[in-house]
Amino acid sequence: MALSAQQISKWFNSVKLRSFINAAQLTKQFPRPGRTLLNGFSAQPQLSSDNCFLQWGYKTYRSSSLRNSSQSTNSSRQESNSAQSTLLPVVNEQSEITQELPSFDSELSLEDLDDLPPLSPLQQVSEEEAIQIIADPLLPPASFTLRDYVDHSETLQKLVLLGVDLSKIEKHPDTANLLLRLDFEKDIKPILLFLKDLGLEDNQLGGFLTKNYAIFSEDLENLETRVAYLQSKNFSKADIAQMVRKAPFLLSFSVERLDNRLGFFQKELELSVKKTRDLVVRLPRLLTGSLEPVKENMKVFNTRLFKVKDRHLFLAYLGRAQYDPAKPNYISLDKLVSIPDEVFCEEIAKASIQDFEKFLKTL
Amino acid sequence: MGSAGLARLQGLFAVYKPPGLKWLHLRDTVEMQLLKGLNARKPPAPKQRIRFLLCPVEGSEKKELTLTATSVPTLTDHPLVCGPAFSSLKIGVGHRLDVQSSGVFVLGVGQGCKLLTDLYDAHLTKDYTVRGLLGKATDNFQEDGRLVEKTTYDHVTREKLERILSVIQGSHQKALVMYSSLDLQSQEAYEMAVRGMIRPMDKSPMLISGIRCLHFSPPEFLLEVQCMHETQQQLRKLVHEIGLELKTSAICSQVRRTRDGLFTLDDALLRTQWDLHSIQAAIQAVAPRVAAELEKNMRPQLGTQPLPSPGWPSGSKDLGSALGLESCVGH
Repeated sequence: MALSAQQISKWFNSVKLRSFINAAQLTKQFPRPGRTLLNGFSAQPQLSSDNCFLQWGYKTYRSSSLRNSSQSTNSSRQESNSAQSTLLPVVNEQSEITQELPSFDSELSLEDLDDLPPLSPLQQVSEEEAIQIIADPLLPPASFTLRDYVDHSETLQKLVLLGVDLSKIEKHPDTANLLLRLDFEKDIKPILLFLKDLGLEDNQLGGFLTKNYAIFSEDLENLETRVAYLQSKNFSKADIAQMVRKAPFLLSFSVERLDNRLGFFQKELELSVKKTRDLVVRLPRLLTGSLEPVKENMKVFNTRLFKVKDRHLFLAYLGRAQYDPAKPNYISLDKLVSIPDEVFCEEIAKASIQDFEKFLKTL
Repeated sequence: MGSAGLARLQGLFAVYKPPGLKWLHLRDTVEMQLLKGLNARKPPAPKQRIRFLLCPVEGSEKKELTLTATSVPTLTDHPLVCGPAFSSLKIGVGHRLDVQSSGVFVLGVGQGCKLLTDLYDAHLTKDYTVRGLLGKATDNFQEDGRLVEKTTYDHVTREKLERILSVIQGSHQKALVMYSSLDLQSQEAYEMAVRGMIRPMDKSPMLISGIRCLHFSPPEFLLEVQCMHETQQQLRKLVHEIGLELKTSAICSQVRRTRDGLFTLDDALLRTQWDLHSIQAAIQAVAPRVAAELEKNMRPQLGTQPLPSPGWPSGSKDLGSALGLESCVGH
């Protein structure tokens, strides 16, 4: 297994390994493969000839097409095992493994190794023994997909049953790690109960958690404080439920940030408190999304709708409604909205005010 | 000061209601604008009142305080104490327009509200331009309703449309006479009927005294309708039925009132003109015509009235007439 560091780093880059999970920690959660594995290891029917090469220190390079085949999962497991065993000197046992044995699962403990006779894959095995070999594919200590762990993790199973889309969550390695480590009863359940109290239905929890998976890293007290803040601003329970459903990230905003955003809308758009509340309940993503487009079009939002509509229809009637900056006779949004009527008629529409009034009377 | 402004604010005027605005909101907006104008006038100088106060008296050497009559301003009439001078106005509405329709909408202020009932009792006709679209049918006869069916309309020609319109006009002519509760045996009634100037002076269903096609470019067509006792939804239903008669389907895309009795598009004030000064001017301008019209209708009659309507110019007219450029109110 003596590979140069250069080869390893090249291999590292070619395979898109998204997450490394510490094998030592994993062994505490996942059931260890039984001892029968050891005996059967040498004659594993699943091992292909490629893998046999690996035992003798030959490395193959793989690309990211690994994820699609089960054979490749085995090989990736092998490679990740070895890569980890060579790169992460976390547990002392592992470094010894690499020196002594050609290739073994790093989950094996030291005691077992002393008892082993030197194994050969060509060793004859009787039929009865062959049947008794339990050769489940081993859990990889590191993977870029949660598919490998879902059958072994109660947390993940329950989340899938709720409707959470794990394929989207696994793209964020930190959260995926977190989810694997959390205990369903202790960590996840209180948050789910909190969400249900808020008014989210069971069938909506899945969609919510898929979007805002980071909620599991929030403190329950913080979440409750934020809800209390919203209630203090006279948002009813149903309102809060609707807002949270439409904009799942709302609860992840601190109280200060929420306050700033609400104040921004109230001040800039000069709305009354009740109107701001209605607006935010209908479009809660205004609070969570970017404020750049709002700021850019501030003037337009502050103008009355009928004014913009009348002017646009007049320009369209005259054939002068050109809003594409590339073309000639372009009329900018600013000019459409902010200049007074007389100037608008003369300069932009190139018509008299009487014509504009006559046109308005035909609408 | 304010009372002079209020004195000139009695009577009838017409506004142009834009589509999409409820008539009640329009009436409230006009009221608000008028109140703003009235309250913006300078308040009169504060009144004074006489109080006997202890003041040092001029002239005497002794600095003693004696009761002297002094005039001090009183605050009882200050606007901050008693509120704005005008807090509400009596504004009444004439024939209503629903949300999607637009056009001439008559309002009355103060004493003008009484004239509204008189105008209503005069049973004058109204003119509408109605725009229809062939090929679709919806549940509320408008473009935003639920689509019920789509049909072809290649077979529809202008002649067919005009034939149907004349059938409609003819059937309504009969109804006009019937509802006018006229004794047809009398000589005057016969003469009136010959001249085609009969209309009901009481409640009746929608009656169309004239309907013609101004513009026909399939799938769009433009009708001019002269009617009374109508609602805008009935006009939309009329468009739908015309579509059915033409063996196709039609929806109504615009209902616009161009004349309400004697108020035409020229008299109607646009949104930018809904302020105290323009409304006062409009009231003054239309007052003599209103007086003349009501005078005519107050005359004792035999239950028949000539139809006040603009002359129907012969030949086909283009969109210019639809813009209300003809404003005469003839007999």
